[in-house]
Order: sequence, then structure tokens, then C-alpha cells
Amino acid sequence: MNWMAAFFVIAGGFFSLVAAIGVLRMPDLYTRMHAATKAGAFGAALVLVGAALHFGSLRTVVVAAATIVFFYLTAPVAAQVLARAAYRRQLPTWGDGRIDEIREPRDFVEESRGPKSEPGEE
Amino acid sequence: MSFEGEINVLGVGLAVGGGLYLISIAIAMVRIVRGPSSFDRVVAFDLLSGLTLGIMVLLGLGFGQPVLLDAALAIAVAGFLGTVAFARYLERGGSR
Repeated sequence: MNWMAAFFVIAGGFFSLVAAIGVLRMPDLYTRMHAATKAGAFGAALVLVGAALHFGSLRTVVVAAATIVFFYLTAPVAAQVLARAAYRRQLPTWGDGRIDEIREPRDFVEESRGPKSEPGEE
Repeated sequence: MSFEGEINVLGVGLAVGGGLYLISIAIAMVRIVRGPSSFDRVVAFDLLSGLTLGIMVLLGLGFGQPVLLDAALAIAVAGFLGTVAFARYLERGGSR
């Protein structure tokens, strides 16, 4: 069982390193978020699986499973909230970014821009 | 497999995994120091909370303390709430 725990710990560390390198090297916010959310959550889940295998008691397995489920439920929510905030603040994207599927409902961006959105236009 | 008992396999795994985690934390710190925007820093902070969770689990493995898994769960909750709070604040117009 020690072999399995060691394998899972090293694999989790590897995926966390991949996530960190992605956060450092990716060109803009949205791609960085893509690296951090997916690879980071996977690395944490692998380490937790290793801990659950090593301890093996029912309580430990339940706590580790709860943490994994919680992490996998909340990481996409946090990333989505952050990406929506960045989009509303019109953070620049990398490249020309021709496909923009949120652009259609025009007031999505409009709402948070506040007093700068030329109110006398219409 | 034949020399089980002479080599602490879990100890080696913890050393390698802990080293990888420390390198990851250093790299995420670099992104926090030079993120062009606050959003980049929040993303790096989100990753750091996950890395801290992993470090806490590694400490629990090393010391043989399963209680530290509960601390890992608490860190997950705190990291999620912090990220959402930062995102809401930045969405309503903090410094970009």
C-alpha cells in the first residue's frame, strides 16, 4: 500500500507542477485559469487519494472523498465567477479572439461599466 | 519489491512530491508578484490555495496524523470563498 500512496503523491505533485508552470507561462488570464483550475484540482485530488489509501480508515476515506467532491464542485464555480468578472471588466485576451459568444446580449458587459457608458446616447 | 523494509517508500514519495509542491508554490508566487492585472493574481492565489491543501495532506502523511485532512478540507472551503469574494469585488470595480 505504501507504493500506491507514494505513486499517488508523486503524481499529484507532478500535476501541481504542471498547473504552476501553466499559470506562469500561459499568455493571458483565461488560458492561465484553464491551466490552474483543471490541473491544480487534479493534482490535489491525486494527493488526497494517496492519503486515503495510506490511512485506510473509514473516517479518513470519507473526509478525503468529501474534500475531493467539494474541490471538484467549487473549482469550476470559482473559475467561472472570476472569468465573468474579467470579461465584464474587458480584460484583453491573447491574440485577436474573433469568436466571442457572450457578445450578443449587449447589456451583459454594459451593466458593470458604470458611469462611463455614455448615458445620453439613446 | 524485494528490498521492502530497507527503503522507506512512502518517505521517498513524500520527499519527491513535497519537492514538486515547493517548486509549484515558488512558481505561483512568481505569478502573484508579476501578474499584469489583479485577476492574474487572484488566479495564482486560487492555485496557491490548492497547493496549500496538497501540502497539508503531505504533512498529514508524513506525521501520520489523519486530522490534517480535516484542515485540508477547511483550506479548500476558505480558498473557494476567498476566490469568489475577490472576483465579486473586482467585478464591481476594484483596481484592475
